[in-house]
Amino acid sequence: MNEVRTLANGIRQQQKRAVARGLTWIERGAPSGQELVRDLFSDAGRAHVIGITGAPGVGKSTLVNRLALALRTRERKVGILAVDPSSPFSGGAILGDRIRMQDSVMDEGVFMRSLATRGHLGGLSRATFGAVTLMDAAGYDVILIETVGAGQSEVEIMQLAHSTVVVLAPGLGDDIQAIKAGILEIGQVFVVNKADHDGADHSVRAIRGMLTLGMEHLAWFPPIVKTVADRGDGVDELVKAVESHWGYLRDSGQLDQMRRGQTAHLIELALQDWVKFALNDAQKAPDWEAMRDQVRSGIRDAGDAANAIIQRRITCH
Amino acid sequence: MIRVLVAKPGLDGHDRGAKVIARALRDAGMEVVYTGLHQTPEQIVDAALQEDVDVLALSILSGAHPTLVPRIMELIRDNDLTDVLVLLGGIIPNDDVKAMLAAGVAEVFGPGTDTNDIVKCIRERVKTHE
Repeated sequence: MNEVRTLANGIRQQQKRAVARGLTWIERGAPSGQELVRDLFSDAGRAHVIGITGAPGVGKSTLVNRLALALRTRERKVGILAVDPSSPFSGGAILGDRIRMQDSVMDEGVFMRSLATRGHLGGLSRATFGAVTLMDAAGYDVILIETVGAGQSEVEIMQLAHSTVVVLAPGLGDDIQAIKAGILEIGQVFVVNKADHDGADHSVRAIRGMLTLGMEHLAWFPPIVKTVADRGDGVDELVKAVESHWGYLRDSGQLDQMRRGQTAHLIELALQDWVKFALNDAQKAPDWEAMRDQVRSGIRDAGDAANAIIQRRITCH
Repeated sequence: MIRVLVAKPGLDGHDRGAKVIARALRDAGMEVVYTGLHQTPEQIVDAALQEDVDVLALSILSGAHPTLVPRIMELIRDNDLTDVLVLLGGIIPNDDVKAMLAAGVAEVFGPGTDTNDIVKCIRERVKTHE
């Protein structure tokens, strides 16, 4: 308990070592990490959380680096969480996002942490949610979250970020790709990166075409920004776009509504954790084999077995 | 979960070995942060601090290890990161190994090392938190 308090105080004072260790606790998913998040919760709620998502190789890391630098010139303290996938086979991971962020991560006002998904689906890791609360409480004004290279349905970032930036690059598909359901629906700001390549204007037109089919009546119409992230072109415009979205959320009252929806997602995640623990316990219990055989031979159905597992978890805890 | 920072300090421009190690550690179930070429000691220790790694694996081929390694170890002490296991690989002449170990490196791995030996070394020496 005392250890949690001490660490939480270090985090509130933005001590790098404390922030780093706190993130490790949260990643471990142990009770100490949950207690830490609870302790820090009342100090959080001020930061602007920005999600950066898009397919692998479109330039998300390079863009995050540039965004962090641009935000630093505006005196904002920046926390970066960059998620990369864990291997489904070994559980290991290569976390390579720092390579493109060398300019910004040495700044005293920037803290960057790489996270592996550790089996969590949706483009984030389970710990990313607690990690945002921690960085928020530590006083980082803006938190940039880079998702894993997203396919079409990694959309969980919308449950965590206030502003979701969807990054595309020219040459990744036609107008039909642009009207499919999924990731292109969650952008509040769109970026066509590598805009010095052929086809950038075509991409902008395809996105605009998609957005004007049914979204033109919305109070917030997502801006489309062209960038060349490795040169820094268009980055100021992007900062203005996300800041104007942040202003819109606060002025329109959308922010409160968004937070309510995101809180429901947090409860859903916590419930999933609970079920996962219950299943782990059940698989270690001496009667697991017998229960499985009963379901297999039809004596018992799977739902009934699940009920028994949940009942047991409730009585034990 | 064991977290490792694989880092290339100094000016040499070859990271094939570092990538092979990173890949082998990944396949052994570890999380490997790789930061790319041409890192200063300050950058490396700052990354180790922010990423809260258990292991710092340095790869040096340039011959600059007598300067780089003591500086890195000094920064590790300054930042109170002495619980981090420091490993060194690359081209380290036999005559220098003793000095590297005295500077605080836990183990030196030369060319031809079996990656399984590195995995084994890490697993034995890192007390996992879980």
